Amino acid sequence: MLKTGFSKLCPLARASFAPKCIYGLASSNRRWYGEGVGGYTPTEAVGSDGSEVRPQFPGATASWTHDLEFVNADRYNGIPVYRVMDRSGRVIQAKDEPKIPDDTLIDMYQKMTLLNTMDKILYESQRQGRISFYMTNYGEEGTHMGSAAALDPKDFIYGQYRESGVLMYRGYTLDQFMNQCYGNEMDAGKGRQMPIHYGSPAHNFCTISSPLATQMPQAVGTAYAFKRSPEKRCVICYFGEGSSSEGDAHAAFNFAAVLDAPIIFFCRNNGYAISTPTREQYRGDGIAGRGPAYGIASIRVDGNDTLAVYNATVAARNMAINENKPVLIEAMTYRIGHHSTSDDSSAYRSVDEVRYWDSTDHPIARMRLYLSHKGLWNEQKEKEWKNSAKKQVMEAFQRAEKRPLASWENVFTDVYHEMPPHLEAQMKSMRDHMKEYGKHYPVTSDRK
Amino acid sequence: MSSIRSIARHLKPGLRVLGFNKGVLGSVRNAAHFTYFPDTVSEAQGETTRMNLFQSVNSALDTALATDSTAVIFGEDVGFGGVFRCTIGLQDKHGKDRVFNTPLCEQGIAAFGIGLAAAGATAIAEIQFADYIFPAFDQIVNEAAKFRYRSGGLFNCGKLTIRAPCSAVGHGALYHSQSPEAFFAHVPGIKVVIPRGPIKAKGLLLACIRDPNPCIFFEPKVLYRSAVEEVPVSDYTETIGKADVLVEGDDVTLIGWGTQVHVLREVADLAAERLNVSCEVIDLVSILPWDRDTVFKSVCKTGRCLISHEAPLTGGFGAELAASIQTDCFLNLEAPVQRVTGHDTPFPHVHEPFYMPTKWRCLEAVKKLVNY
Repeated sequence: MLKTGFSKLCPLARASFAPKCIYGLASSNRRWYGEGVGGYTPTEAVGSDGSEVRPQFPGATASWTHDLEFVNADRYNGIPVYRVMDRSGRVIQAKDEPKIPDDTLIDMYQKMTLLNTMDKILYESQRQGRISFYMTNYGEEGTHMGSAAALDPKDFIYGQYRESGVLMYRGYTLDQFMNQCYGNEMDAGKGRQMPIHYGSPAHNFCTISSPLATQMPQAVGTAYAFKRSPEKRCVICYFGEGSSSEGDAHAAFNFAAVLDAPIIFFCRNNGYAISTPTREQYRGDGIAGRGPAYGIASIRVDGNDTLAVYNATVAARNMAINENKPVLIEAMTYRIGHHSTSDDSSAYRSVDEVRYWDSTDHPIARMRLYLSHKGLWNEQKEKEWKNSAKKQVMEAFQRAEKRPLASWENVFTDVYHEMPPHLEAQMKSMRDHMKEYGKHYPVTSDRK
Repeated sequence: MSSIRSIARHLKPGLRVLGFNKGVLGSVRNAAHFTYFPDTVSEAQGETTRMNLFQSVNSALDTALATDSTAVIFGEDVGFGGVFRCTIGLQDKHGKDRVFNTPLCEQGIAAFGIGLAAAGATAIAEIQFADYIFPAFDQIVNEAAKFRYRSGGLFNCGKLTIRAPCSAVGHGALYHSQSPEAFFAHVPGIKVVIPRGPIKAKGLLLACIRDPNPCIFFEPKVLYRSAVEEVPVSDYTETIGKADVLVEGDDVTLIGWGTQVHVLREVADLAAERLNVSCEVIDLVSILPWDRDTVFKSVCKTGRCLISHEAPLTGGFGAELAASIQTDCFLNLEAPVQRVTGHDTPFPHVHEPFYMPTKWRCLEAVKKLVNY
């Protein structure tokens, strides 16, 4: 009614709209016959007796059926979990063992333990009120190092917040981690964000933000920009299984597939989103089960098997770079630590459950066993490295704690590229205020 | 949203305004709520072409693509030319990898643009109607606006521009009429710009696209076809954050933006004619950051101020202006600042003429201001 009525009032409206409709049809036909899935052509649609042999709807390529049958979620026999080594660190099929140089393997292991050491010290420092907040990476170190080692350093990373190991693998220093957590004058982020919201252009690691899953469709945009540039780069985007419930996750998967973006979606499925177990998060076959529905090649790996994570990421990167298409990796793991320092996870899960993963299926322990079998590691080295790691972390910790806070002027800068007049006025007003009332504020930068 | 939007695509904004402006039916019910006052440019601006607003937007986009190989345009239905024809011809001219459709998902569109911009590409995103920008609110407010600040300047998405048709169109009802600028005015880190006509639109859009900050560019859709003027064919930019004094006056300052500027110009004529009152008309142009100097200078001169916008009164941008004017022009104010705006209701369908801040409601406010 609305449309008809309006056309009567404005005949031009209808006339000028017609070309759009025709174009629209032609466009959809072109896509369907020329670029559509399966290479289906209209001649195939008609049988020798002139009957339609296949449906011709533009929305899907499929056959007819005469059985009224719903497709059910096959969640009891889910996508299998890809594994390279067992819990004793033995490679199960020799052909699967990645050819990682010995020094790289040792580096991966050392950084897993260094991260673990840093986590313990920073977690404790939060308990003592020395930093305001922290989130540990316990149990997920294997997903970090396995994937990071498989990437090229120029590949760009978007993370959620529990991927510090990826940054550590790339060479982000202990001082950089600590400076951020303290928000001191050496923090490249200028003390503006909560602890663990790291970022570094030098390491191609986009600054972390708290809103969950927002980085996912952003990562697709960056991947699209890479596709258009002459450089062979891809994007890897990390997120948890809880974040996958956000609308932005849906946006990201769909945009990546439709726009052919060279991106690796890396899901850390650790069983919990704060207190929410996965059975309250989804009812399908995890996150990997969603990939094919978006037209995304997908795989599920043992996230506590660093070699399996490595192999899957290497293969995913090849697909992303060479075929300009998205790949989804779901790494199955377990969040051994509390969600954050603001969370006591014993309120919603048993200590026994946590102990099981910590003692019998830990990525660090498994990697250590693997290195020992290869003769690359032993008790002596372990002891020396643990002492060294602890010393390094403590020294960086003390350096960071002694540094003055980032200056208060950082409140006003970087809001825009330039400072607009109204912000200049507000900054000046604050400066005048500080002249008179400065003694009531924690002006550490002036005390150095 | 999509099915309703497809109906909206058949509503041709502007034609109705043209059709009834001239009094063809002469009925109050169908009268346009404004008369378009075209801008002109000096001869120094070079060659000009007669363009309406959608054509000048198209010209700006074409220029942006031609002068920056990283620039891409994307959104719902932009590939075939857009439901308001703003991107017509651009895909054929610049390629499918540069002008392309996205899936129907506003949060995805905004975020995809942020990611492009973070990689150093120029991202020009379209949200089909400003009414549908809210699914992208999180990406705009929490992400785009804070990208530079939170990273300490290490990363930014300054090369992102989001375009969206906004404001009343005569019959757009709740979801094809909104003016959401005030929601965004509360967000440090973005710029919000609204042009009043084709010449400004082209220059401001190019300025937004090239500005090193994320910008939202609201295009008053009723002007897409109804606003026609001689637009320079050259590549030029207008200044973001700068208001325009369109009519000089001594008694009352009238401030508006977008389509409402044209209503206020008519109000100025009516006030001169019927009340013998001299009005100064200001197009604010840029909502964030806004031009305090021009506004305060004018109000200090006239001593009286009327602010008018289509969006609802409570929490509208008029409130920010009024409060700031009160602070900075207190000794010069001869009467309380008046605000004539949309009512604090959703935007209605058949009752649009009663919702709008019409020239008659504005005229009444001017009367109050001078008689205070």
